[in-house]
Amino acid sequence: MFKFFPHTDADLQAMFRKVGIKSLDDLYAEVPEQIRYRGEYQLPEEMSEIEVRQLFEKLGAQNKPLTCFAGAGVYDHYTPCAIPQLLSRSEFLTSYTPYQAEISQGTLHYIFEYQSMMTELTGMDISNASMYDGTTATAEAVMMAVAAGKKQNKVLVSETVDPKTLAVIKTYAHFHGIEIEMIPAKDGVTSRQNIEALLAGGDVAGVLVQQPNFYGIVEDYEGFADICHNQKALFIMNSVAADLAVLKTPGEWGADIAVGDGQSLGIPMQWGGPYVGYMCCTEKLIRKMPGRIVGMTQDNRGQRAFVLTLQAREQHIRRQKATSNICSNQSLMALWATVYMSLMGKQGLKEAAELSYAGAHYLCDELLKTGKFKLVYNQPFFNEFVVRYNGDVDALQKRFTENGIFGGVKLDVDQLMFAVTEKRTKEEVDNLLKLIP
Amino acid sequence: MNNRLYGNLIFELSQEGRSGYSLPKNKFGSYQVPVSLRRKEDAALPECDEMTVVRHYTNLSANNFGVDNGFYPLGSCTMKYNPKINEEIAALPQFAGLHPLQPAETTKGAEEVCEQLCKSLCELTGLYAFTLKPFAGAHGELTGLMVIKKYHESRGDEARRLVIVPDSAHGTNPASAAVCGLEIVEVKSLSDGTVDVDALRDLLAQHGSEIAAMMMTNPNTLGLFEKQIPEIEKLVHAAGGLMYYDGANLNPMLGAARPGDMGFDVMHINLHKTFSTPHGGGGPGAGPVGVRKGLEAFFPEVSPYHGNFAVAMRAYAYILSLGRENVKLVGPLATLNANYIKESLKDVYELPIDGLCKHEFVFDGLKDKSTGVTTMDVAKRLLDYGYHAPTIYFPLLFHESLMIEPTENESKETIDGFIAVMRKIAEEAKTNPDEVKSAPHLTPIGRVDDVLAAKHPIVTFKQMQNDTN
Amino acid sequence: MATVKEGLYYSESHEYVKVEGNIGYIGITDYAQHALGNVVYVDLPDVDDEVTAGEEFGAVESVKAASDIISPVSGTILEVNEALDDEPELLNKDPWENWIIKVELSDKGELDSLMDAKAYEAFCENA
Repeated sequence: MFKFFPHTDADLQAMFRKVGIKSLDDLYAEVPEQIRYRGEYQLPEEMSEIEVRQLFEKLGAQNKPLTCFAGAGVYDHYTPCAIPQLLSRSEFLTSYTPYQAEISQGTLHYIFEYQSMMTELTGMDISNASMYDGTTATAEAVMMAVAAGKKQNKVLVSETVDPKTLAVIKTYAHFHGIEIEMIPAKDGVTSRQNIEALLAGGDVAGVLVQQPNFYGIVEDYEGFADICHNQKALFIMNSVAADLAVLKTPGEWGADIAVGDGQSLGIPMQWGGPYVGYMCCTEKLIRKMPGRIVGMTQDNRGQRAFVLTLQAREQHIRRQKATSNICSNQSLMALWATVYMSLMGKQGLKEAAELSYAGAHYLCDELLKTGKFKLVYNQPFFNEFVVRYNGDVDALQKRFTENGIFGGVKLDVDQLMFAVTEKRTKEEVDNLLKLIP
Repeated sequence: MNNRLYGNLIFELSQEGRSGYSLPKNKFGSYQVPVSLRRKEDAALPECDEMTVVRHYTNLSANNFGVDNGFYPLGSCTMKYNPKINEEIAALPQFAGLHPLQPAETTKGAEEVCEQLCKSLCELTGLYAFTLKPFAGAHGELTGLMVIKKYHESRGDEARRLVIVPDSAHGTNPASAAVCGLEIVEVKSLSDGTVDVDALRDLLAQHGSEIAAMMMTNPNTLGLFEKQIPEIEKLVHAAGGLMYYDGANLNPMLGAARPGDMGFDVMHINLHKTFSTPHGGGGPGAGPVGVRKGLEAFFPEVSPYHGNFAVAMRAYAYILSLGRENVKLVGPLATLNANYIKESLKDVYELPIDGLCKHEFVFDGLKDKSTGVTTMDVAKRLLDYGYHAPTIYFPLLFHESLMIEPTENESKETIDGFIAVMRKIAEEAKTNPDEVKSAPHLTPIGRVDDVLAAKHPIVTFKQMQNDTN
Repeated sequence: MATVKEGLYYSESHEYVKVEGNIGYIGITDYAQHALGNVVYVDLPDVDDEVTAGEEFGAVESVKAASDIISPVSGTILEVNEALDDEPELLNKDPWENWIIKVELSDKGELDSLMDAKAYEAFCENA
């Protein structure tokens, strides 16, 4: 038999007897013949491990990982090597959702740590056990705001929010029946001018902004929370998790919900996923929050224990009354982020963020020095920035690629957005600069 | 855990001044984040040396139970073996190092993996096109319903907002429909556990023009094949609705029947169930959505890139490992294992619906109800014997549901061992019920106080500290 | 065995109204709290909110269940039982004493469509 099937002929015969059948085919006796599949699947023949490996190595050779100077929501941070080794432990990897708390304390314990770390990072009270990614977590936050509001059904979204996040929000909003209205941007930041007017209708459940925003700019959101709260709207802030080790937190800005992607916490870019979405909120909103939550309790032996809690909010109990259909978390990726934050700790996370900041500002300064680039927005930025290139952007990007560099994300015919992380050396930055004609 | 130190939270192991990282020195010059942009206080993250962190998480893992630890008959979850080659493939730097926005000419191999996986899924399901964007089963369900709603909208048929689900459906079905702005109508099951086609007919007669879709799991959550599916499909289609296949129970259909051939128009697949990618303690999974020809134009933007690509890599590696000759044995062997357990235990556990099951089946607790031993007690006692518990109290059709799914990977010896223990517990329920009712006894912790956790939620270390102060 | 109280009005979704003049005290019945088990949270509305007969105004949660509270009558909320915020278990201890909201009734005629104690008792037995 095949390596994943332990059934010997003798086993099969004994089992057939017990079940009262003569062949495997008899197990499907009730399936109408017209829908029985009797064909041969058009798939390759069984491959050995050697062949599977060779095939993927061959496919891999058609890819070209590049030295990454791009971000736009996904950042090439360094992964300390202890992480993948710890995560490959079967006890973590091959377990299910921790429903049986008695034999799942490993998972429940690290999720509790994850929640604790995310609240520290965001300056919020409460965190859930994680969500799919930053875009869907943000869409969930939008639905949460509408569910928490009494009759309000509109959410305002700043134009400086990542268009990819916006696209996902719009999908959810369309089907869920939520109205999305944009807050215009001026000079790369959210315009304050009409925000009060937009809120005045009293039909706004939430206001979503991004910090740092899509262009890497650190915006000044002073007073936004008050403006929202005066109109009973929730203030939602989307951030790149790692940046919050240094930046003023959503909590400090007065946010009610903080969401975003945790990929920046040492998770590989792996062509888009899996990552981990985070969602934090104020204590007041805990029962409105979607997703799993782990809480502390005691067992019947008087020991501290952790358990999935507040499950009455969730889909398997609320069914069609649930405000979200989420019934899992991104557990293993939450563990990834948790081990990352444990290793990097209070100082390391900050230092990595500061290095990223320094590298990005050095690259920016050097680009400006060439005389061929200009900053598009005159605003403070973190580790990402948009420049206008006085030349052929496509040709320049092609040249970068040919030399093994992912040289920025093209935002417009003449605009490139660069990002730098702690992983980029000065030598790599200088190599990029040398390629500018 | 015998070493008390490792019962601690990582925060409790922290000492100021320790660190577990190393970073290069700043060679870029003195760029400083301005104070005006900075947070007031540092995030109170732990400060630990590298070995402390490694030991902490290594020891935490010892408090977990995975498929690699032992038999995991968790119904509805398809806890099959997660081949190790998949992990190495997914971690290949030629794939793991790709930025999702990097130029297309540098990601051809990754594109090829997605394309081939979709092609394989089409072949295995009889559908026309797949999107890999959905991140999980529930996300796939939502995506599939969006496709259906968009299809009706495209025809100007906006009145279709009702989704029919059998009363045995997964809780996710109604929740996904609600998120999608659709409403649920339930159709009753017959006493044999399958959909009541007459009730369906009445429902369609009454609401036909409002029906957007019917969602079905086939085999259903009782593990029973809905043999009336050709009739059901005809009725729903005649009323103008589409058929949605919840792929949670696809595993027993490999090698036996394809959703496309059953008349389904849209489906999702849980790659972490049928296609062997690890459950990871609750995620990440992946929920690709497949559709009949003509519906692929309605795939919505539910995620920005290629879904959980590294999960898709694993699933494709699994399909290649199996090959066409083995993939068709997956369903039959899983089904054989389930029926074997059912037949071996139905004299001591209550089998409410007799007959052939597919990959799983449901007992309604112990046959002898006089002992007071509940399904919860049986589940907890299993933990003492080194087995994961089955799914309990689902489906909601029975009071004491105990749902068992063995998967094709389990050997007869493993299953016989499980059967023996289940029989032993049934015996203990008579001779020593208190031992069962107070189980588990041999696990790192005992039964937990759910009420305390929910009434007074403490969900962070900070709250824990404030609470004890 | 769940108790039923004489003199109150009952709904099929297991809420009661105790009427004093133009004022109604709305709570969940003993049958409902038994069915829910340990109540861990009560989602309370705000004072001055309007409630409508047949529409939900809050929710009761136990560890394993959640149930909307449907108002049996229409009116304006005069008071909410804030003690339930800290001690939701009061609903388990004595659901009759621990009403959830106090309402000024806008249409006493609505009471006619509710059950009396005897009818409700029979209703529960058949449930």
